[in-house]
Amino acid sequence: MARITAGVACSHIPALGVAVDLDKTAEAYWQPAFAGFEWTKQWEKAEKPDVVILVYNDHASAFDMKIIPTFAIGCAEEFQPADEGWGPRKVPTVIGHPDLAWHIAQSLILDEFDMTIINEMDVDHGLTVPLSMMFGQPEAWPCKVIPLAVNVVTYPPPSGNRCWALGEAIARAVASFDEDLNVQVWGTGGMSHQLQGPRAGLINKKWDNAFLDGLVGDSDALRHIPHIEYLRETGSEGIEMVMWLIMRGAMGKATRELHRHYHVPASNTAVGHIVLEPTP
Amino acid sequence: MTSPRDIHAYLAEFDDIPGTRVYTAARARVGYQLNQFAMSLMKPENRTRWKADELAYLSEWKLTPEQKQGVLDRDYNRLLDLGGNIYFLAKVFSTDGLSFLQAVSTMSGMNIDDYSAMMIAGGRSPEGVRSIRENADKAAADEAIASTDVSGMGDQ
Repeated sequence: MARITAGVACSHIPALGVAVDLDKTAEAYWQPAFAGFEWTKQWEKAEKPDVVILVYNDHASAFDMKIIPTFAIGCAEEFQPADEGWGPRKVPTVIGHPDLAWHIAQSLILDEFDMTIINEMDVDHGLTVPLSMMFGQPEAWPCKVIPLAVNVVTYPPPSGNRCWALGEAIARAVASFDEDLNVQVWGTGGMSHQLQGPRAGLINKKWDNAFLDGLVGDSDALRHIPHIEYLRETGSEGIEMVMWLIMRGAMGKATRELHRHYHVPASNTAVGHIVLEPTP
Repeated sequence: MTSPRDIHAYLAEFDDIPGTRVYTAARARVGYQLNQFAMSLMKPENRTRWKADELAYLSEWKLTPEQKQGVLDRDYNRLLDLGGNIYFLAKVFSTDGLSFLQAVSTMSGMNIDDYSAMMIAGGRSPEGVRSIRENADKAAADEAIASTDVSGMGDQ
């Protein structure tokens, strides 16, 4: 049977991808942002996940304003890195796992989550930057990836509670897949940042760290944070952190923290990263 | 459940955040053509035509005169007011060769050096920029204390 063995959360700041692609990660500005991922790179080499269910948001790359799916699951054989306006990132093609993806899609719909199914899609920095942070610059990504795109751009995005519940349903879906697979769930985006208006540049270290604390253990308090609190406390783009709750929901009742990293800034944004494992 | 039952109260709160335009359905509606125009710059051939003649390129889109002027002026705060979304507007400033850091600093009213220094120093504090209403209440309370102090001085 397939099993979820760990959860990973991290920011997906485009400038981190640029720093990797241009070999700038050792520079003084970038080094502290990247240092906190070294542990995870080694850990991932040992863990060897077969599949990562990667929760992210598209940034006006695959989806424009014509169609706005709240939750979309990528069921294709493969996904190409998107051209976001300056040419696609020179990173490996993302290989999907259509059998598991379709199984999850069907299970979720029967579980009353009305998923959008995507059979053809390019994936932008929201998905490829976390892969670079965790796996570096390999010739091919070391695992298959199921993209799960969440609308956090046009309001209202899904509630934190709904995201958490979706994670719980993903865990049930994975547990009922017959193949023996080591599956991780990643939640990406955040942490505090605001990319617009006179309040741009907002960072809230205290709130971010309380959020990281809240992912660990058996509390489910985070699922009840309303949208307005993310907006006020963590900036307009901090709302992306609802996607971390899909990962947390998929971990089940309780978690143990294996690793944590927090650094300000990378470009406009607070870099947050945590590795969790489910505990009985 | 975290979802508010009252959609009007839910939306009204978004207008209480200082210096922030939340991308609501109302903004998405007025900004539809603006954002789709920006999206068109994802294609290299469109970027070439755009760079060659911005006015001619804009004439192919049903933007309002204010939106067109905002684009030509690269006035991103104005464009947010006119329904622009930052991830779509990013196609315009990326085509100009600006990074997110450079473009975002223009909206903050700071120059890029001051803005970058603020970020390196830990970013903009949320203190005092959480709520327009709270700020007004606090200002009124401070004023009341100040006037009390003045009358107190008069008694001495």
